[in-house]
Amino acid sequence: MHLSRDEEEALQGERGESLRRAMEILVALGDIYGADRLIPVRSVQVAGVSFKTIGEAGLEWISDLRGRVAVPSVLNPAGMDLSRWRDMGIDENFAKKQIEIVDAYRRLGISPDCTCTPYSIRPDSARRGDHLAWSESSAVSFANSVIGAKTNREGGPSALAAALVGKTPRYGYHLEENRVPTIKISVDADLEASDFGLLGYIVGREVGDGVPRFHFRRRPQVDELKALGAAMAASGSVALYYFDKDGPPAPKGAEEIPLGAEDLRAVREENGPDDEVEIVAVGCPHSSPKELEELARLLAGKKVERELWICTARGIAERCPGLVEKIEGSGAKVFCDTCMVVSPASDRYKKMMVNSGKALAYVPGLCKIKAAYGSAEECVGAATGKAAARRVS
Amino acid sequence: MEISCHRISSGRASGPALVSKERISFLGTVDQETGKVVDPKHQLFGKDVAGKVLIFPGGKGSTVGSYVIYQLKKRGVAPAAMINLRSEPIVAVGAIISGIPLVDGVPAEILDLEDGTFVAVDADGEMVRIEER
Repeated sequence: MHLSRDEEEALQGERGESLRRAMEILVALGDIYGADRLIPVRSVQVAGVSFKTIGEAGLEWISDLRGRVAVPSVLNPAGMDLSRWRDMGIDENFAKKQIEIVDAYRRLGISPDCTCTPYSIRPDSARRGDHLAWSESSAVSFANSVIGAKTNREGGPSALAAALVGKTPRYGYHLEENRVPTIKISVDADLEASDFGLLGYIVGREVGDGVPRFHFRRRPQVDELKALGAAMAASGSVALYYFDKDGPPAPKGAEEIPLGAEDLRAVREENGPDDEVEIVAVGCPHSSPKELEELARLLAGKKVERELWICTARGIAERCPGLVEKIEGSGAKVFCDTCMVVSPASDRYKKMMVNSGKALAYVPGLCKIKAAYGSAEECVGAATGKAAARRVS
Repeated sequence: MEISCHRISSGRASGPALVSKERISFLGTVDQETGKVVDPKHQLFGKDVAGKVLIFPGGKGSTVGSYVIYQLKKRGVAPAAMINLRSEPIVAVGAIISGIPLVDGVPAEILDLEDGTFVAVDADGEMVRIEER
């Protein structure tokens, strides 16, 4: 890999030990993936935040780091709401470790915004054509596919290295040749909002790490694309997809998978809720203001009878205090900085109902509990009505 | 015998070889307090990685493995150096953040080396020296 004189000096340790290690990580990854040089990134999103995921090992490493990030950087969701963790049933020891992790990142100059939707609280952190070093798989998918920025899916240390140096090796999705669709997905159905998570769940399993080009009957809305991309990145490892006329066409002879209403119905029925559901959790990825508005409307005049969590970014909750108040008036809890997938608070339930294809894919493996799927309306119904958790079809 | 290699993580170290023909997922396979291989399904089960030149095809599994390598180093039970056929990001990043010399790009025959053979890894000079028996 070609390095500028500045980069070479940093690698030789002339800018301090932290930058030397950071450069060494970027150069090693660049060599492994065949990058020709480093390129500047506009922003970084650092993974490896939940104590549940990284444990003592990760905490030790982060606590030992010194230095200062060179570009605006935020964090992935943590294992708990950083201020209301007691309401989640998080124990003191976990909370202490989790706060230590976020504080250690903060000392490096990283903003303690813990969210999988950094684009929703900082729209200027990613614009069309920008190179980024983001980590969380749904944020990566959204940045590449909806915003038109360019990022690989970074791991914790590689994202942090990129943040300290302000650069990332040029390979993978930073290169146009890797951004060409590999497979066509034609969806012959009139889709509702809650179909997109299921669709992503199906397509991710089919295409793995491919680059799908969708053909829809209508243009999906932003929150629908968020749900679609998140699910494909969880059931598969899709980091880029196309959904409109933008971007390069799929090459001639590319495989085409036709999907219809019956495919969605089958997965919906297979994962329908039942009496075992003890908790309902929405906001994976983190709820947008529009989604909070919809939930407030659905919950108006109702009281929850099952635990109902709504996960969002702190920056969004703070922007919509009226909606949060309306939602919590029903007994539902709006949690920030975290989600049902990365928080150990989920683990004590038997079965969780979600409206997210991503959560449906991850909850059984990462929380070791069962998961069921429904629309936002069905989720609210299950949380507020005793019998409503039974199959609504 | 000297073999040329490709530097992933800088430094120089030597020690007795510990060879695995299987990939290694550090998370769950190696105990971070003792450096012992604790996964009964792994070829190296019961062996100790501390102070060894650990030779294996490459890493696998959870990215938390990078942090486990770091813990091994802090506890003083990390391998002295590591050699891969082809390094992947988990082990590469783990070695770099821990300051453990790591090289790759060596011929696959290195996996036939007998455990305990003295091996010196010079990542900076991109050279592996194997003591003749």
